[in-house]
Amino acid sequence: MPDKIAITLEVNGKAYPVTVEPRRTLADVLREDCGLTGTHLGCEHGVCGACTVLADGRPVRACLMFGVQAEGKAIRTVEGLADGDELHPLQQAFWENHGLQCGFCTPGFLMLAAGALGENPDMDDEDIRDVLSSNLCRCTGYQNIVKAVRIAAAEMRARRA
Amino acid sequence: MSRIGASALRIEDGPLLRGEGRFAADFNAPGQLHMRIVRSPVAFGRLLGIDAEEARASPGVVAVWTAADIADLPPIDFRMTRIEGLAPYRQRALAADYVRYVGDPVAAVFAADPYAAEDGAELVFCDIDELDPALDPLAEPSPFMPETQPGLLSEPAVIRKGYGDIDAAFAAAARIVELTVSVGRHSGVPMETRGALAVHDAAAGLLTMYGAAKVPHYNRDAIARMLGRPPASVRLSEGHVGGGFGIRGELYPEDVLVCLAALRLGVPVKWVEDRREHLLAANHSRDQTHTLRAAVDARGFILGLDAEFFTDQGAYVRTHGGTVTDLAAGLLPGPYVIPAYRVAGHVRLTNKTPSGTYRAPGRYESTFARERLVDRIAHELGLDPVAVRRVNLVPEEAMPFHRGLDTLGTHVVYDSGRYHDLLERTLAHVDYAGEQARAAARRAAGEAVGVGLGWFVEKSGLGPKDLARITLDPDGGIEIVTGVASVGQGVETALAQICAETLQLPIETMRVIHGQTDRIPYGLGAFASRVTVMTGSAVRIASDDLLARARVAAATMLQSGPEALSFAAGVFVSPAGAAVSLAEVAAHLSASGGGLSGEGEFAADHMNYPYGIHIARVRVDRETGGVKVERYVVAYDVGRAVNPMLVEGQIVGACAQGIGGALLEEFVYDEGGQPLAASFADYLMPTCHEMPAVVETFLREDAPSPLNPLGVKGAGEGGITAVGAAIAAAIDDALGRPGLVSRLPVSPARLHALINGGG
Repeated sequence: MPDKIAITLEVNGKAYPVTVEPRRTLADVLREDCGLTGTHLGCEHGVCGACTVLADGRPVRACLMFGVQAEGKAIRTVEGLADGDELHPLQQAFWENHGLQCGFCTPGFLMLAAGALGENPDMDDEDIRDVLSSNLCRCTGYQNIVKAVRIAAAEMRARRA
Repeated sequence: MSRIGASALRIEDGPLLRGEGRFAADFNAPGQLHMRIVRSPVAFGRLLGIDAEEARASPGVVAVWTAADIADLPPIDFRMTRIEGLAPYRQRALAADYVRYVGDPVAAVFAADPYAAEDGAELVFCDIDELDPALDPLAEPSPFMPETQPGLLSEPAVIRKGYGDIDAAFAAAARIVELTVSVGRHSGVPMETRGALAVHDAAAGLLTMYGAAKVPHYNRDAIARMLGRPPASVRLSEGHVGGGFGIRGELYPEDVLVCLAALRLGVPVKWVEDRREHLLAANHSRDQTHTLRAAVDARGFILGLDAEFFTDQGAYVRTHGGTVTDLAAGLLPGPYVIPAYRVAGHVRLTNKTPSGTYRAPGRYESTFARERLVDRIAHELGLDPVAVRRVNLVPEEAMPFHRGLDTLGTHVVYDSGRYHDLLERTLAHVDYAGEQARAAARRAAGEAVGVGLGWFVEKSGLGPKDLARITLDPDGGIEIVTGVASVGQGVETALAQICAETLQLPIETMRVIHGQTDRIPYGLGAFASRVTVMTGSAVRIASDDLLARARVAAATMLQSGPEALSFAAGVFVSPAGAAVSLAEVAAHLSASGGGLSGEGEFAADHMNYPYGIHIARVRVDRETGGVKVERYVVAYDVGRAVNPMLVEGQIVGACAQGIGGALLEEFVYDEGGQPLAASFADYLMPTCHEMPAVVETFLREDAPSPLNPLGVKGAGEGGITAVGAAIAAAIDDALGRPGLVSRLPVSPARLHALINGGG
């Protein structure tokens, strides 16, 4: 087995010192070494987006990045989305609009939308569909996911105003 | 209060939204080993030997098994539709003698780390004498395993059904209409791949498998039987399940291997499938070719239907036995009267991934074939396709309608339905005439736009029975214990709403237990759209039972007669105005050493039959062959909707999968039997770009089921059933070429070829 390397990841504002093989994906490091199993693996080849996390605010596929590449970046996962007991507006909107069924793809969609709205809070419907088309969901038919993101975006804009 | 009929928000969503779900890969146990399966790289061949020495020496590898190491393990048996003669075609956990598809498990590598297990697996060498694969299910049957099972051919069964005088029907026909159509090979492909963790507690003599789904009780018994253990020494536990769609939760080789390995290796063993494996190893589905001949009169009424079809069931016969073929044969007539019917459904094996059920199994295929036939009848007779349907629909007066044949071991009796009423309502609702006129106008202006319609009859509520137990704790919490399984469809909320209807308490106070074999003696699980019907009815009966017991206790507490008490919002009130809540009754009973609980069992001999109509408007790009779904409407009578929001979610989600199967998804093989769709780059599922902005649902409750106390019918499958049929009809219409689409999926390449005279 290849030698392991000691790194420290910053995930959701917390430092995680871990010792991992260089070939270990960020998704595996988050799940197995940091114990953050909210990041899911749906394809491990960068298509489905279930493993989407934010690296320095931008959505990335955690299955296409090595853990060692994430050192020095601020990683944010679904576990860091809510503020204590208070759900993030995206989480709240997914709940209220039935934007999830089995919930497996949900963390990826939440982080994708969180990153995209961070970059452009004023996305219109077409922008939202464009962004969300980069992830796969097999349960919902997307309709309620798009709706939830639209409503959450409005809520987030209102809170900032 | 979230009672039946309310679009209540789901009570199961909190952990899923917070990343606190517990999916199969999230289970871990100290000291666990990881299993990696070595799979056949060729479609068909004689397995001469396996060299695992190098793998055994690989760092971290603890053991490598081949078929020789598990020779005492029987093949995986049928859960459903066991037909005489199928047994020799069952799959063993690891291939012996022959490999029969790319992905056939040949060895299992166990290592301390999944990466190390994968390293080891790459070092296992299989010596295989390659043979020409059988890939065409329509070809003459060929040997299954030529040397070791001489004489055994690749047609394990032909399912024949029928009723009426088919010869007389054809003799009386004004015209005979014939067509051959097929639906490609695709499947459920849930976003979570399969996975399992087996833990053996030697001291307690208990083997537990986490990551169970769909049918935990059945699988517990099957695993126990295969391992030669009493069922009570095996426990299956379901966590969150990332989508089911029929394929997930069936008993597969890997499930049995982790259990056996945990016993033999003395440590917990975990297996998580990767996506390539999933596309090669988990059940495929569909892949039927139908040849239909209809004897019709001058009005287009079908006097008789003579059908023959072939199901490409892949390399082995897995747990579903003949289910898919049986369902297609039994439900092909759909919503139409068809006084005489004869069908032969051939179960054929090829050197492809084995098949099982996928949402609306046998109905997506047969609905496509039947609705294409009705469109053809209309075209050949110069009639309006909707008018031909009107002539053929089973009239309301004929309900309950005895079809005169069986499927899944039950008589097919349509329990209730107002088919003509739904048709007229739907046509008005969507402004069908206006749609057709606008499409015609756009065609006149040069666009290729068309409208199509497909009818379907679904089935749901498969018995034989289900059990539910409800306990109300002194603190007011309610536990509903069921033998059902959740695949993410909203089971907890729906069952809680049914309980709330009786107990009149908030669903947020309820915990619904499912998928735990140690919590309830039996449970049939989640398939065949049976959960809300069967388990829902059991919950209803258990709730009534609990309330009746509470009433007796409350009467004592309030010094009143039980019948004199009024009950509202979870509180009994006596004529004198004294009140006691259900929680207080529970506390009172608990204080005297008892408790407040109820039990309900619901049994059903017959399935029930929800039904509906799909209408699609599409625009075809003549240059690329691309199809854009502009409008999609699903009209669906589910008898009674427990939670309309969840029902609509089921319809829209199913519709997306149907669009995938109609336009995009196909497991393609090359001539050597190599799968060409083994990643999400090649197996194309719809993204939100391929979906219309809105799938409109026209939810009706005009024909409740008389077969259960709730009046409900299943809602999980009807959103997919007629998608292929409606889209095909719309494409024909768009291009002005009736009958053009005879095969799904209508991929851009295929449609481009059809437009240009090929295909």
